[in-house]
Amino acid sequence: MHYDRTMSTALTLAEVERIAALAQLALSDDEKELFRKQLADILAYAEQVQAVDTSGVPATAHVHAAQYRERDDAPRPSLSVEDALANAPDADRDAGLFRVPRVIGG
Amino acid sequence: MSTLDLTALDLRDGVAAGRLSAVDVVSERLDRIASLNPRLNAFNLVDPERALGRAKDIDRRRIAGEDVGPLAGVPIAIKDNINVRGMRTTASSKILERFVAPYDATVITRLERAGAIVVGKTNCDEFAMGSSNENSAFGPVRNPWAVDRIPGGSSGGSAAAVAARCVPLALGSDTGGSIRQPASFCGVIGLKPTYGRVSRYGLLAFASSLDQIGPFARSVADAALVLSALAGADPCDATAADVDVPDFAGALTGDIAGLRIGVPRAFVSAGVDEDVRRTFEAALVTLRDQGATLVDVDLPHAQYAIPVYYLVCTAEASSNLARYDGVKYGYRAPLSPRDDLRDLYTRSRRDGFGSEVKRRIMLGTYVLSAGYYDAFYIKASQVRTLLRRDYDDAFTRADVIAMPTSPTPPFRLGEKTGDPLQMYLADVFTVSANLVGLPGISVPCGFSADGLPIGFQLLGRMFEESTVLRAADAFGRATNWVQSPTL
Repeated sequence: MHYDRTMSTALTLAEVERIAALAQLALSDDEKELFRKQLADILAYAEQVQAVDTSGVPATAHVHAAQYRERDDAPRPSLSVEDALANAPDADRDAGLFRVPRVIGG
Repeated sequence: MSTLDLTALDLRDGVAAGRLSAVDVVSERLDRIASLNPRLNAFNLVDPERALGRAKDIDRRRIAGEDVGPLAGVPIAIKDNINVRGMRTTASSKILERFVAPYDATVITRLERAGAIVVGKTNCDEFAMGSSNENSAFGPVRNPWAVDRIPGGSSGGSAAAVAARCVPLALGSDTGGSIRQPASFCGVIGLKPTYGRVSRYGLLAFASSLDQIGPFARSVADAALVLSALAGADPCDATAADVDVPDFAGALTGDIAGLRIGVPRAFVSAGVDEDVRRTFEAALVTLRDQGATLVDVDLPHAQYAIPVYYLVCTAEASSNLARYDGVKYGYRAPLSPRDDLRDLYTRSRRDGFGSEVKRRIMLGTYVLSAGYYDAFYIKASQVRTLLRRDYDDAFTRADVIAMPTSPTPPFRLGEKTGDPLQMYLADVFTVSANLVGLPGISVPCGFSADGLPIGFQLLGRMFEESTVLRAADAFGRATNWVQSPTL
């Protein structure tokens, strides 16, 4: 199974940077260039779905396999604060808080 | 006496009857893991103390006359994207290298209630994203049949561990073929249940509308045994369907007379390796000789399954993996006092995620972004509907559908790592079952000219695992393709 690239979806570095910002990813210059090429390749291949006539066809976001049952909206035991904080890279365990750096620039 | 060649059923019977001790069974497997893992790299973590402690408990309870369960004393390996309380769950990612699971996945609760013994966590592609197990932050898994070959992915460690008889059973997860394809590449059975048959609670989410947990085994009967333990509704997962769980073991009658097996000839004719074609055709003959009827079916939209899959799964992944941000758990990048919260997010994710995971997050973010959402994500979701209709139609004429699991035998390490798109194309036959939600099983059906395992898959209607298992079991009884590599 081999796909020959005939289409080319142009993708600019600026677009790659915009997507990386949306994805909260810092990328190196090498990664930006690599992903620019690879994402363009993959998107060009994926563009073949545009050729399918889907007029009037509903989208399937999820295969609802059966009637799903909702559980009762009743309180039940969950993770303790101690367990929830156990894997935190930085936490104030006495106060029961995750610790993060400043949010607003200064 | 060695118990390495015994099935899970035999082990369970032996332990329950007191002919075997669970401690001996588990000890022999732990020894084998210790001796083979340096070569195979199939395990990220082994916990002998916990496993032997639980095995002792099974033996003690058996002596006390208690019911020790349908998997009593049977060792099982767990893909390292499924939570086992108190053990690390890394998803083979640097970002979770030190994450200790604070709770058990529902499948673990159910397996342990059935008496199974968790021996450790298996290597996989990072966050289950890959088809070769080369995307692991902890190095690739080697195929037990040829250590210069990949074991398949993403559940490569689970498949290799069962093929090498380090364990009789393992759990994997299958989002686009991640159980069936490595099963084919390692010469073992791999079952992806219907979407909703098994709870996903405690499975690290990759693509929530596609992910499903299932077993690896060396016999179809063993896979059925595990499915019986896993299946059923779960208050912790609203998508775990509240439908009857049949007696899967009881469905294995060996009788497939009159069973209609659909073959999508047009779909499987192109781009299939000669060894795969030959073994697949031979498998069809075997099934026909047992009384099954072969019928042609057409899946006109199957040719779009790969682009649809990679648009849908990356969109869902980009959302699911937003939670790995260096705040609540996982890796946090070192920061200077001048850095802010956004630096924490972007650098923790930069340092913590591997290349394939970043690529998929980028792709998924792109296809969900303004201006591209309709053209890519919505369009793909509409073609997904058409694919579903293809299968609905095919299943009016066939009871199961047969096709190769992978278009090639296992490839060499490094062969496809430079070209992500070529790697994605290797998933051509497996992704449909996930997009449509169908149950599928990969069963060994031969070897390539150079001795590499090849499997084929059988797909069934929603929640008709019994039919799929019955056909696979009948095939397994008539053939002898589950073999053991020399190690």
